[in-house]
Amino acid sequence: MKPLLEIKDAVKTIYNDDDNLNILNNINLTINPKDFLVVLGTNGAGKSTLLDAITGTNRLTSGQILLNGDDITSENLAKRSRHISRVYQDPKSGTAPRMTVAENLLLAKRRGLPRRLRLRKLKENMPEFKELISNLPTLDNRLNTFTEKLSGGQRQTLSFLMAIIQKPELLLLDEHTAALDPQTSKDLMELTNRIILEKELTCMMITHDLSDAMKYGNRLIVLKKGEIILDLNQEEKNKLTETDLLKYF
Amino acid sequence: MNLIVSTISQGFIWSIMAIGLFITFRILDFPDMTVEGSFPLGAVTAVSLIQSGHSTLYSLLIAFIFGCLAGFATAFLYAKLNVPILLAGILTMTALYSINLRILGKANMSLTKSTNIFNQFGLDKLPTNFNGIILGIVIIALIIFLLIIFLNTEKGQAVIATGDNETMAASIGINTTVMKFIGLMVSNGIVALTGGLIAQQNGFADVNMGIGVIVIGLSAIIIGEVIYPDVPLSVRLITVVIGSIVYRLILMIVLQLGFNTNDLKLISAIILALCLALPTIRAQFLKTMRNGVKTK
Ligand SMILES: Nc1ncnc2c1ncn2[C@@H]1O[C@H](COP(=O)(O)OP(=O)(O)O)[C@@H](O)[C@H]1O
Ligand SMILES: [Mg+2]
Repeated sequence: MKPLLEIKDAVKTIYNDDDNLNILNNINLTINPKDFLVVLGTNGAGKSTLLDAITGTNRLTSGQILLNGDDITSENLAKRSRHISRVYQDPKSGTAPRMTVAENLLLAKRRGLPRRLRLRKLKENMPEFKELISNLPTLDNRLNTFTEKLSGGQRQTLSFLMAIIQKPELLLLDEHTAALDPQTSKDLMELTNRIILEKELTCMMITHDLSDAMKYGNRLIVLKKGEIILDLNQEEKNKLTETDLLKYF
Repeated sequence: MNLIVSTISQGFIWSIMAIGLFITFRILDFPDMTVEGSFPLGAVTAVSLIQSGHSTLYSLLIAFIFGCLAGFATAFLYAKLNVPILLAGILTMTALYSINLRILGKANMSLTKSTNIFNQFGLDKLPTNFNGIILGIVIIALIIFLLIIFLNTEKGQAVIATGDNETMAASIGINTTVMKFIGLMVSNGIVALTGGLIAQQNGFADVNMGIGVIVIGLSAIIIGEVIYPDVPLSVRLITVVIGSIVYRLILMIVLQLGFNTNDLKLISAIILALCLALPTIRAQFLKTMRNGVKTK
């Protein structure tokens, strides 16, 4: 199988005063299509930095990133976004507050595409948006609500829908349920899992929740101090218990 | 009566500038000081072109384009070179002072040509001061119409999203740098156009006429918001016009009360400060009302 994403010898160094710190320390990682990769790691392990390097928000100090075999290491964020979508941890990061739910969805539907000087097609897309949120009680009838009026859980659900409305080749989730209350977090996690399986998405999901890491995904890696210290496939993961996992922290 | 009509007329013309400022201040969500340079830039451009025999419409067009270039300069400093926006605007504004002097050749110049945009196209047949109102309404309607259409295009939505949440905009592939260029250029183009109009209304251009322009524009925007909170974007453009007229009326009343015209800028700043503080004062007031005045 042709790998979807290859990260080769990725290093990110931050320079402060006289001691330099590698927040990513020689990461090598290959993600294959339909991988549902869960990344576990404590705060400050370098998880978000790794995602930043993949999306192009923040460049690597050295190393290489290949997408479908093409070197995208120095490609800009806009170009990469055609293939890669991302949901952030902070509910405020993923949506435009003074635009409506439908307007946000429409923006996301053209992810990675050039924004032309032609009228947007809001009305034409409404049926599709209605359909999209039809099974989601939290967003039902909210298409014309400004997102600043939504709760954190509603915003995160919307951010997630925005990330998948235009099928991404790679979906990146950065602790996207961590800021929510337990029930909302569980609901969103269930929705996430269902849609990833349904649409056969390739996903890299960051979490620091051990039980979520055990429960979801078909591959698990543990990141510690900028290094991958554990990489398990589905089979190996099944044999693992939460207590085993705890040893890696 | 005549005073009120002329005040309203001024409110209309100045609201065009405020709409330009709205694009950066409210849609892109940052304060752009460039306008204090692009406003006189439009004035000196229009006056020197008209004085050398060009038509008023052509002069305004060039004023608009020069304004766009001023916006380009600020956008370049801010969005490409990462100069903080306040500083970027101040740099362009300062540079424009010299450029404006060069264009005009001196610090101020009167319009000696008999035609200007306020007495063309049959506007001279209207009663005094109504020409400004009619011209203002026509230009505002045109600009608001074009802006609303633009904001409903894919590009316009991308500009709004950039101002609303830059992280999100960038992550769905919107080139936020380009959007900042578009916003700053259109904004300063409109501001310079207003400079060209005001110069014709007043009959002269002065390189210092930009001082305090940002306060005038912000007052219009904020008064509009205080009167009409929570309205959709397209309606907000109209509230800016109303805000601008109300602002002029407030100034007129203050001057009628016997204040000196030299104090105008001080009064302008105080009015804006009051409007900015109003939400806080109101919240405080409501809180006090609700809790009752506590006496220890
Ligand atoms: N721009 C930066 N400058 C300095 N330190 C940074 C920067 N970005 C991240 N860090 C540091 O790098 C480490 C990894 O950060 P991050 O990738 O956000 O961790 P995680 O997402 O795993 O919690 C942290 O110790 C953080 O403080
Ligand atoms: Mg993180």
